[in-house]
Amino acid sequence: MAVVSTESLPIKSEPDVVTVRRRVREVTAQLGFGLVDQTKVVTAASELARNTMIYGGGGVMSVETLNGPRTGIRLTFEDNGPGIADVEMALRDGFTTGSGLGLGLGGSKRLVNDFQILSRVGQGTRVTITRWK
Amino acid sequence: MEKIPILKMGEFLLVTIQVDMHDRLAMSLQDDLTRLISETEARGVLIDISSLEIVDSFIGRMFGNIAAMSRVLDAETVVVGMQPAVAITLVELGLSLSGVRSALNVDAGMELLRASVNGKGTHGRSLD
Repeated sequence: MAVVSTESLPIKSEPDVVTVRRRVREVTAQLGFGLVDQTKVVTAASELARNTMIYGGGGVMSVETLNGPRTGIRLTFEDNGPGIADVEMALRDGFTTGSGLGLGLGGSKRLVNDFQILSRVGQGTRVTITRWK
Repeated sequence: MEKIPILKMGEFLLVTIQVDMHDRLAMSLQDDLTRLISETEARGVLIDISSLEIVDSFIGRMFGNIAAMSRVLDAETVVVGMQPAVAITLVELGLSLSGVRSALNVDAGMELLRASVNGKGTHGRSLD
């Protein structure tokens, strides 16, 4: 599997979350994802970008397009925020420390093929999602 | 400031969301609608989301809030025109939009609003 291209986008404000959605839509469309799959990846990206902004205090998303036996997209959301003390708990539907619905992490996990989360309290959080065509 | 226009048509308020909303814009739509329902004594709200390419948990929650607030103010809310890809994604995300009435298109939504308003008769139904 080869990483064909990489780019990164800042996530610092609400309009940045909209930019993330737009860019992920463009890339998935270029890769030839169907409309439903495009929508799933864009929605997962929207949830994770909002988490990065609200809970992580801002960060970046990197977009990688993958080629090899399969075509795919890999998105990484990174922040240097407070981190998540209990990742297992944070992945459960309905769990939130904010004012949201608690669907962001668990919900976005269901929308992609691979979901990795690494979080260290006091250091930050990195979420990587992959969706294959 | 950027705003989503709200049209008044008879006893209904109509909204067509045609932009990709950032969170604050969604919140201001929620506030504007609630204020206008009260000011105009509207009996129904129709929200056309046929141009919306995604509904994530934040926007979904906003629809739920608008429906709940309008119900308290004696108005019905119906969300119309959701794209099939959006509906599939929403359910997989885990959002059921319970409490939000929906219809396939604007015509069906208007019919639903008229029927529910006529069925109710005069103002002042119980909050059940």
